[in-house]
Amino acid sequence: MPPPFSWIVAVARFLYDFIVGDDWTVAAAIVIGLILSAILNVNHIAAWWLIPVIVVVMLGVSLRRASRRLP
Amino acid sequence: MTGLWAVLITTFLASAVEAIEMVTIVVGVGATRGWRSTLIGAASGFGVLAVVVVVLGAALSQVPIGPLRLIVGALLLTFGLQWFRKGIMRVAARGLAGIGGQDPHEAAEWTGPGMDWTAWFLAFKGVVLEGLEVAFIVVTFGAGANQLAAAVVGGVGAIIVVGGIGLALHQTVRRIPRSLLQLIVGILLSTFGTFWAIEGLGIDWPGGDAAIPVLLLLYVATALTYITLERNRALGLRPAA
Repeated sequence: MPPPFSWIVAVARFLYDFIVGDDWTVAAAIVIGLILSAILNVNHIAAWWLIPVIVVVMLGVSLRRASRRLP
Repeated sequence: MTGLWAVLITTFLASAVEAIEMVTIVVGVGATRGWRSTLIGAASGFGVLAVVVVVLGAALSQVPIGPLRLIVGALLLTFGLQWFRKGIMRVAARGLAGIGGQDPHEAAEWTGPGMDWTAWFLAFKGVVLEGLEVAFIVVTFGAGANQLAAAVVGGVGAIIVVGGIGLALHQTVRRIPRSLLQLIVGILLSTFGTFWAIEGLGIDWPGGDAAIPVLLLLYVATALTYITLERNRALGLRPAA
């Protein structure tokens, strides 16, 4: 692949690994959580608790999924 | 004279809080991924920061920091959660010693000849965001009290003092087993990421900056709980009915 395209692919791959990693559901849950937090905030409802709850729950879900994949 | 010292001490203390967050990220990432790329990332961050401060000067206080906090916070959180999860799995599986720190599938420390862009990016983001916050503090206090020079001394002094403490502690940090270190840094990145992302949305934390240690405690308790559950699962133990 010629340099400009190979650089773009390398950057895209780096960003995917950095943001998504090996469990895309955790990153997706964080994005959805941030959107929901913004919506709650716009409607003057306390929203600071939502992301910590998502972090705790999604870690458990992701760990359970990972341990099931182990031999 | 009293005003000068008041501005110097206030900016020093306020900047020290931001500098602690900056140095925690740089030392944690450096100890986990290796120092070369981390320090180059931190230096790049300071370079960008210097250009921004020189170009914008006092107009810096007009720059909206909310979107930057949201982006940096969300990136730190999503990346931090990966290390948080891997750290829990490694500590649960291998205990604090790890298997000599070696994992053929997921080497925690960069060993390649080139740049470790993950370490570079994490250090760069931490320095730029926290450095900008220090610059905001300096400009706000300094311009408000008409003591910009004292505010600059307070802000830069805080970074030097906290950075020196981080430098002194880095040998101690290197003695921590790699699996545990990855868990600790994952928890710290997730804590700061959560705090900044929510702040970036314009949402106020109860207690302001005091929410950071509370978040940290919550995530430490979460890690301990999941490590226990993972160990019990590996040993085939089931909770009593």
